[in-house]
Amino acid sequence: MTLSPDSLHPDSQHPEAQREQRLNDLLPLLRQLIPTQYIITEVEQLRAYECDAFTTMRQLPLLTVLPDTIEQVQHVMRCCHQLDIPVVARGAGTGLTAGSMPVENGVLLGMSRFDQIYNIDPDNRTALIGPGVRNLAVTEAAAVHNLYFAPDPSSQLACSVGGNVAENAGGVHCLKYGLTVHNILELEMVTASGELITLGSAALDAAGYDLTAILTGSEGLLGIVVRIRVKLLPRAESCRVMLAAFATIEDAGQAIAAVIGAGIIPAGLEMIDQTGICAIEELMHAGYPVDAAAVIICELDGGEAEVEDELQQVIQIFRELHATDIQIAEDAEQSTRIWAARKAAFPALARLAPDNYIMDGTIPRRALAQVWKQINLLADQYQLQVVNVFHAGDGNMHPSILFDSSNEEEHQRAFELGTRILELCIEVGGTISGEHGIGLEKINQMCLQFNPQELAQFHALKQAFDAKTLLNPGKQIPTLARCAEFNGLHVHNGEMPFPHLERF
Amino acid sequence: MPVNPMTSSEESLADQVIQAYRDKQPLRIVGGGSKSALGHTVTGTDLCLNHYQGIINYEPSELVITARAGTPLHIIEATLAEQGQMLGFEPPRYNNKATLGGTIACGLSGPRRPYSGAARDFVLGCRMINGKGERLNFGGQVMKNVAGYDVSRLMCGAQGTLGVLLDISLKVVPRPQLEQTLSLECDETQARTLLNNLGLKPLPISATCYQDGQLCIRLSGSESAVMAAAQFIGGEQQIGGEQLSGDEALTGREQLWQQLREQQLPIFKQPFFWRLSLPPATGPLPKEIVEQQVIEWGGAQRWITSQADPETVWNLARSLGGHGTRYGTDESLRQPLEPGLFKLSQQLRTSFDPERILNPGRLYPTL
Repeated sequence: MTLSPDSLHPDSQHPEAQREQRLNDLLPLLRQLIPTQYIITEVEQLRAYECDAFTTMRQLPLLTVLPDTIEQVQHVMRCCHQLDIPVVARGAGTGLTAGSMPVENGVLLGMSRFDQIYNIDPDNRTALIGPGVRNLAVTEAAAVHNLYFAPDPSSQLACSVGGNVAENAGGVHCLKYGLTVHNILELEMVTASGELITLGSAALDAAGYDLTAILTGSEGLLGIVVRIRVKLLPRAESCRVMLAAFATIEDAGQAIAAVIGAGIIPAGLEMIDQTGICAIEELMHAGYPVDAAAVIICELDGGEAEVEDELQQVIQIFRELHATDIQIAEDAEQSTRIWAARKAAFPALARLAPDNYIMDGTIPRRALAQVWKQINLLADQYQLQVVNVFHAGDGNMHPSILFDSSNEEEHQRAFELGTRILELCIEVGGTISGEHGIGLEKINQMCLQFNPQELAQFHALKQAFDAKTLLNPGKQIPTLARCAEFNGLHVHNGEMPFPHLERF
Repeated sequence: MPVNPMTSSEESLADQVIQAYRDKQPLRIVGGGSKSALGHTVTGTDLCLNHYQGIINYEPSELVITARAGTPLHIIEATLAEQGQMLGFEPPRYNNKATLGGTIACGLSGPRRPYSGAARDFVLGCRMINGKGERLNFGGQVMKNVAGYDVSRLMCGAQGTLGVLLDISLKVVPRPQLEQTLSLECDETQARTLLNNLGLKPLPISATCYQDGQLCIRLSGSESAVMAAAQFIGGEQQIGGEQLSGDEALTGREQLWQQLREQQLPIFKQPFFWRLSLPPATGPLPKEIVEQQVIEWGGAQRWITSQADPETVWNLARSLGGHGTRYGTDESLRQPLEPGLFKLSQQLRTSFDPERILNPGRLYPTL
């Protein structure tokens, strides 16, 4: 299995010659409106842009532009449109699926200079910001009004809101407070041909189609977002975090379903398996019980009395399901420690193996224990270690496959195991990606979830926005040819995967 | 128009679309017919969804329901209520014929919308027929899903012009333990100031309505949360040095929300009325344009009557950062889109419905 981008431009056979030619054509045009110091062409400097946080895939761009006005972005798009040069937008580069990895001889459009918060409007509870503003910076700026921006991916210290929009980022609180799509009102977007269009509005809806919904999570394939109006929420009065240990995966899985079944929507509901617990504990010393098969982190928020009521209910549910150890954070410091440890899960894993391949499948909660067990069986079969960290409340699983990419055979095995895990997610009625996106990393697995007609509809939709296929080409939606090849490799005994599944 | 025999199989629905695509003949998508006045009149052969019914999957602990588009809304709501759950966006029904498909296609949300989300916020996935008669599946039954473009949310409010909805999966929410309505005598500016202040606090407000000098606030949630909030709001409310007279736990107010949700208040009985969707903190609207008004959604949705011509009302809404729709007995009139956005919308429509056969002109005459 290869993971190279689809070849999109017929003249890509001579990349070096093409690079030379494109630089000669494009640079004079760009410089008409963009200061020279905003254009990077030195190969050594371009290395900083050759990948996102999925570092196993890299590609040097033709050049990187770092504009700081909307007019400059429009100019870049017009020049590239005129010359048929692909453009990949990039926020903070914290993506996990090579979504902002450059394409060969394409322009990398860095949005980091769009880092202004133009206004915080406490009466309307909105903030108008540039796409380069860091996720956490919005919350920090709104804190004075007792407001915050709800999406909180683990990378929130560094990731940009523009990137959150591109990926429809979630985080640990989205069961109750929604994904990025639920927390933005208006987007200003520059089209592939350089036109500026406003989607959504400062009100709660807009006339015409809901284009904010389609833009969110479109991974830079439909337009370049240059300004964002986000929704802000009031901070809950009270918030309690608890950590409960379980001796079996089944009990932990049932505990999750029982909490939701009782009509409680926790602000956060996370589950970590034993390998994860040990890795995190070694790095963070947060007091996680290292002998448990699984721990659940449950955060309840709301009014003082309400939270107290729910806390007692949850404790009872956990006890009934044989929770062995229930820790309740007594103050903000203890809560922060529990969460900080959870959010450090991926850095903690980095200590266990040179590389880790993070999956992002989402499954119905009812299948949690079953899938968890099957993942462990698969891991044994593939002789690789898999660590499970789940956003259990919304069924979003993050099994991490540990491997060493310097061992080509092991690398290959890790990717195959990943595919098997995602197949499993689809099989139980889930999806291959809950929040990390597809990018290039999961593009083959898209072929498992969507049939050719559905993929063709996706391509047609993209054409409506980007007739020349210049925006982040080759990402997110696989070509039909690619899927034919992938599914061909993947067919067992002449059968499609999951023949028993209804293909809608 | 000739009416096709009612049908309940998705194959036959897809066949009708395929035929219409080949013949380039427009189709008028019909559910229960309760919302026909929410767009322009469509001329075409009826494609009837009202017999395509049934709840396909509902597991309360998953907080998800999947049902066929023709399923009557009241059946879905009754099924959820049995399990102590509900649709979080409180959609209007208008009458017992209203279907799930029509509700989602029209993107209708009720009084709870600003506090718990719009119809589109609860859509998790759908199966649909595009304008070529292909049956396609987007999204799923899980809360988080970023595989491919979010086509199922796009269907919300598209009124069938991008596809015929077959099955829809929605996130559902627990019913609140308790609901209580507070009412305060105040003028519009005081009401706005109060709501702006309350908006910065995490209160379990689930609806607001201001009309004729009275602000009503509905609280929903656990008993402890509602009681605490009622005490807070119903207690000392000083706006501009003036003490507002709060009236706790007014009985009989519950029907206000029903009337608001189902559009049964007097303003909705006018031959024409407007829905203005505005940033919530927008100040009082000019008296020379607005006659009667009912303000809900914390200020974000304003129902008005006006003698002014549509252009004037649209310009007003636009200047305030929002938009307006005029409703009438037969048809409604949407605010025109900016040219760039309109062109993009046309291209988008063509990508789903190349022959423009699905509800043509329903949203805009040339879309």
